[in-house]
Amino acid sequence: MRYLIPLFAFVVLALFLFAGLSLNPRQVPSPLIDKPAPEFELYSLHEPEKIFSSRDNLGKVWLLNVWASWCVACRDEHPLLVQLANSGVVPIFGLNYKDEDATAKKWLKHFGDPYATSIVDPDGSVGIDYGVYGVPETYVIDKQGIIRHKQIGPVTADSLQNTIIPLIVELQGRT
Amino acid sequence: MMSLNGLSINGLKQNSCCKVLKYFRRVMGAAAILTVFMLPLITQAETGYKEAAPVAEDLEIEQRMLTLTEDLRCLVCQNETIADSRADFSNDMRRIIREQIKAGKTDPEIIDFLVERYGDFVLYNPPMKNTTLLLWFGPLIFFIFSTLFMIKYLKGRRMQIKEANLTEDEQKKVAALLDSDDLHDQQSNLGQEQAQQTEISEKNNKGNNV
Repeated sequence: MRYLIPLFAFVVLALFLFAGLSLNPRQVPSPLIDKPAPEFELYSLHEPEKIFSSRDNLGKVWLLNVWASWCVACRDEHPLLVQLANSGVVPIFGLNYKDEDATAKKWLKHFGDPYATSIVDPDGSVGIDYGVYGVPETYVIDKQGIIRHKQIGPVTADSLQNTIIPLIVELQGRT
Repeated sequence: MMSLNGLSINGLKQNSCCKVLKYFRRVMGAAAILTVFMLPLITQAETGYKEAAPVAEDLEIEQRMLTLTEDLRCLVCQNETIADSRADFSNDMRRIIREQIKAGKTDPEIIDFLVERYGDFVLYNPPMKNTTLLLWFGPLIFFIFSTLFMIKYLKGRRMQIKEANLTEDEQKKVAALLDSDDLHDQQSNLGQEQAQQTEISEKNNKGNNV
């Protein structure tokens, strides 16, 4: 008994520390999940006279990918987004976050353009509404315009296959 | 590079010693003329100085913004407050908070605005919720349990130490031991022996050094 108490205390402590190891402090849970996606009206990168509204996408499942030409991690995920767009599983909308239009266009020309529409958020105010704090971030938004998932940081093959695509398929199945 | 430098210096020494002097004179002349022209400008600048203008437009707003942001976490550099952080994110947050203060929003409204977007994580003072109960009361629970444990342990120890019942023989022995000077003598002897030993060892050490 005398020796069991410290042993027990140690095991409890070790469990807490072990759980702590698997946590990612960068992964801040978004309070926006399962809440309506903040509405916005922004101009399109390629056709500046066209205004895109988030309401235009009601009735379909879509991805909102926040990116910028100055963001290095965006280059990592970009080939995956191009692949996903080519597969036709889901339309991806790019939110060009605090960027310059000319460089953004050049960047898309160089790396490929996976976006159904690229919309421009030059001062980052829409980004703030979406709780963006690190680029890239990707949101899965359902037919009712509700955010169902937020990927913080670059999309990986693993997260696409195991989380994002199954979720999209499930959401598309719902009416 | 080294050899190139050497070459150019050698070249200078050999054929253009006088050229260098001429060049030097020209530069000095130009500097003198410049100084003459600049002098009025410099004195003007010195007499026309002003107090540095505050960076913030409105000190009251700035003060409110600062007190608010001191309790808010920067999500990019997670161990800094928004008030302290130089990250782009914190710049944006400060701008937004200034705008909202100007728009006449109260402090709780502004904090709600941020929590809606970034979650409780932006708060350095976590709110009391089901998920944070352990955080709030964990230390208290720990304190209560450890106090109870300590009381129990100390009581238990007091029970363990009992007056030992000695037999008559044993008591005599104890008394004899306490009375006798032998104990003191032995101790002092021990002390002397130790002193001798240390002397010897010191000598040995010295020998080694030499």
